[in-house]
Amino acid sequence: MLGRPAVKLAVICLLLPLLVLLAALLHGVDGHAVDLDAVLAGISVAHPLGCDALGRDVLARLAEGLTLSLGVGLVVVGIGAFLGIAVGLAAGWFGGRVDSLLMRLADIVLSFPGILLAIALAAMLGPGVDKLVMALVAVGWVGFARLSRAQVLSLKAAPFVDASVACGSGTVYIGVRHLLPNIAAPLLVEASFGLAAVIIGEAGLSFLGIGVQPPDASLGTMIREGTSLMLVSPLLVVWPGVVLFVLVMAVNLLGDALRDHLDVRGAGAEHA
Amino acid sequence: MLMRLILYRLLQAIPTLLGVATLVFLMLHMVPGDPVDALLGEMALPADREALRHAMHLDAPLWAQYLQFMAGLASGDWGQSLIDQQPVLSLIAERLPATARLAGASLLLAVLLALPLGFWAARHAGKRQDMTAMGFSLLGVSIPNFWLGPMLMLLFSVTLGWLPVSGMNQPGSIILPTITLGTALAAVLSRMARSSWLEAMSSDAIRTARAMGVGDGMLWWRHAGRMAAIPVITMFALQLGAVLGGAVITETVFDWPGLGLLTIEAIQQRNYPLVQGCVLLIAGFYVLANLAADVLAMWLDPRQRQV
Repeated sequence: MLGRPAVKLAVICLLLPLLVLLAALLHGVDGHAVDLDAVLAGISVAHPLGCDALGRDVLARLAEGLTLSLGVGLVVVGIGAFLGIAVGLAAGWFGGRVDSLLMRLADIVLSFPGILLAIALAAMLGPGVDKLVMALVAVGWVGFARLSRAQVLSLKAAPFVDASVACGSGTVYIGVRHLLPNIAAPLLVEASFGLAAVIIGEAGLSFLGIGVQPPDASLGTMIREGTSLMLVSPLLVVWPGVVLFVLVMAVNLLGDALRDHLDVRGAGAEHA
Repeated sequence: MLMRLILYRLLQAIPTLLGVATLVFLMLHMVPGDPVDALLGEMALPADREALRHAMHLDAPLWAQYLQFMAGLASGDWGQSLIDQQPVLSLIAERLPATARLAGASLLLAVLLALPLGFWAARHAGKRQDMTAMGFSLLGVSIPNFWLGPMLMLLFSVTLGWLPVSGMNQPGSIILPTITLGTALAAVLSRMARSSWLEAMSSDAIRTARAMGVGDGMLWWRHAGRMAAIPVITMFALQLGAVLGGAVITETVFDWPGLGLLTIEAIQQRNYPLVQGCVLLIAGFYVLANLAADVLAMWLDPRQRQV
């Protein structure tokens, strides 16, 4: 929608998270080291972004949270895409009962507001990053499944698929060798919008105290801790939010740019 | 014809609702911890634990518990809160009005912002105005509401002192939660309005109307406006459901005593029947909102009446 400037803007936006990571690397302080003399310390050379309520270095924790958010995002989108594409390919290719069973399953997942289902699942599964990933994957695979199913349905009758069937190719071979490359473009767009949604989702769950648990840092837990100290030390809630916001915007911009560049319509609509 | 279609869609929603209820039931029963532990603590006497397990029917086979759960849902007995033994439904009913107020205000704000913004962007498609409007929309979708809320609080409540920080009972306390919840909705809706309007304007019908000498204002408002309204109204109905998902976080940020905050409180207290009830109600409403979106689209656009 924003065209070529979107790419430039995305690159500019990605600079901030990179800068945070680089600065933390050069700074070399442990984000878990408690220093009771530095509780809520302001900006200084020793602590470029100050310290939190336990005297831990905010810059180091910011880098840790950022790594975790990105890591969780990539893992969830990776697993979700793998599962979703497998389900979508199977549903679209086999049709009939397999299709209606798998798509009913997708319908049920889509009957919940995504964030609510993730909250409920994560709460039931208990604390921990692995549970958080499971909850987010349980919500995230559906977009990929529906999209790849729709794409397969439109490709199924294509002559090159017919030819491959006539040559005696196996189902998996056709799926991986012929179908997948032809539906990759919309899936890529879906993945980038999905990544933005998962990053916000992870931070949201952690903000609610359901996802990442202290003392580990996530951008969401940092916003939560910062909110409770807003009256004393307002910058504590500003930093993690700015980083999260800019990161999500960069990913959204990349999605926009990809959508325009690959001329894909419809993908990512559920996250729009 | 239309009535029959609507009836058909209503019937289709029934298996979905059953699926939702089943999933919520299964979620409760795959909880790693024992609800009895949550209630009595791990130090309780085995006899007490057994008595409670029996009272909560946790010793029955899973299928019997499932049947009982479904029968309870149908008869309006959604179980009791583990904390104060109140019926779940009456606890939910107490909180519902607050959520309805917040959701209504947010949706209103979203529409009032999104329609002019989307129209303005479409009218100046590809120009600077379009970029500005869509830039705002991008900011709106990218800003997490659990950060926007605290930022608004910091500015308007803490620094400027214009508005109350949280709660529901002071004048003006609805303003910040409304902005927090409405922003993302407005962003999505304005994108939708822009693209629908543009699509309508490039349709053959509009080209024909233009060729027949219909004036510009008439084209944009009367002709394209009506065509663009269909996807926008559908999107709006979808957001009617989505807004409840967002309310969970926004209500937590602002301590707004609605259904969303109740859900989070119930999760923190491990009050599983109440969690179940809240999630079911929100999901049920979401399904109905999606249904309403479908029916509205069929009503507005006869082409969508083919099953």
